[in-house]
Amino acid sequence: MATSDMGDIQVAERALQHHFADMEQQRDTASFGMWMFLLTEIMFFGGLFCAYLVYRASYYHAFVEGSQKMNITLGATNTAVLICSSLTMALGVRAAQMGKPKLMVILLLVTILFGFGFLGIKAVEYHEHWVNHEFPGPSFHFETGDPAHPATDPQHTEIYFSLYWAMTGLHALHMVIGIGLVAWLVIAGLMGAYTPHYYNPVENVGLYWHFVDLVWIYLFPMLYLISKKHGG
Amino acid sequence: MAEHKEETGPVGHIAPAKLYVAIWAILTALTLTTVLVSLVDIGPLNVVAALVIATIKGTLVVLFFMHLRYSPKLTMATVVAAMFWLFLLLSLTMTDYLTRAWPTNLGH
Repeated sequence: MATSDMGDIQVAERALQHHFADMEQQRDTASFGMWMFLLTEIMFFGGLFCAYLVYRASYYHAFVEGSQKMNITLGATNTAVLICSSLTMALGVRAAQMGKPKLMVILLLVTILFGFGFLGIKAVEYHEHWVNHEFPGPSFHFETGDPAHPATDPQHTEIYFSLYWAMTGLHALHMVIGIGLVAWLVIAGLMGAYTPHYYNPVENVGLYWHFVDLVWIYLFPMLYLISKKHGG
Repeated sequence: MAEHKEETGPVGHIAPAKLYVAIWAILTALTLTTVLVSLVDIGPLNVVAALVIATIKGTLVVLFFMHLRYSPKLTMATVVAAMFWLFLLLSLTMTDYLTRAWPTNLGH
C-alpha cells in the first residue's frame, strides 16, 4: 500500500506543471478552463435554441405539426439512456478519484456502450424522417398523416425540420466526440495514467459528457414534448 | 458540505456513490413525469411544465454530476454569469419577436 502511494505521488509529481503551486490548484485551473469552454458551448447551442424560439413563435402551427411527427417513445428512451450514461460517467470519475483504475475502465466502457445506444436509436429516428421526406431540401415533403387535417403550412414546417436536424445533428456530433474522448480515457487508464492525485482528463471529459446530456435534457422537451397536445 | 458522509481524496472532493444513484433515480423519475405531463392537455402549462422539469433536471446534473456544488466559488460565479448571458440572449430577442404581432395602429 505504501509503495503504491509512493508510486501515485511520483505520477502526480510528473503531472504537476511548474507554473502551478500544487495539484489542487492545477486541478481547479484545469476544470475552470473546461467550464469556460463549456460556457462557450452553451452560447453556441443557445443561438440555435434562440432561433428555434423565434421561429416557433412566428410559425406556431407549422412547428406544432412538425413536432407531432416526433417519436416520443424513442426520444424518451434516448433521454433515459443518456441519464444512465451520465451515472456511469460520474461513477467512473469517482473510481478515478478513489484510485480504482480497473473499475474506472469498466464504467467508462459501459458509458461508451450507452453512447452508441443513443446514437443507434437516433439513427432509427433519422431513418424514419428520411424515408418520410422530412429532411429539408428539394425532396422535402410534409403530410400530417391525418387526412382530416392536411398540413396547414408545410413551407414553414420545413424550418422546424431544419432546426430539428441542425440541433440534434450537432448534439449527435458532440456524442461522437464524447465517445472518442472516453475511449481515449480508457486507453490511458489501462496504461495507468491516472491516480487519485492526477485525474484531470477524466474529470474534464466527464464535464463534457454531462454537458452533452444537459443539452439533450432541453432538446427533448423543446422538440418532442411541448407541442404534443396542441392543435395544428 | 457536512450533511453527507463525504470523503476527501488527495485532490478534490469525492461524492458518495449513493448520491449519484439517487440523482440518477430522480432524473429518471422526472423524465417519466415530463413525458406523462406532455400527454395531458393543460394548455399553455404544457410548455411551462416541460421547461420547469427540464430546468430541475439540468440543475441536478450541473450541481452533482458536474460537481459544481463542490467547485470553487469562481467557477460557480462564472456559470451563473453564463446563465445570465443566455437569459439576455433569449429574453431580449423574444421581447422583439413576441411583440411584433401586437396592434401597430395605436394612436392613429
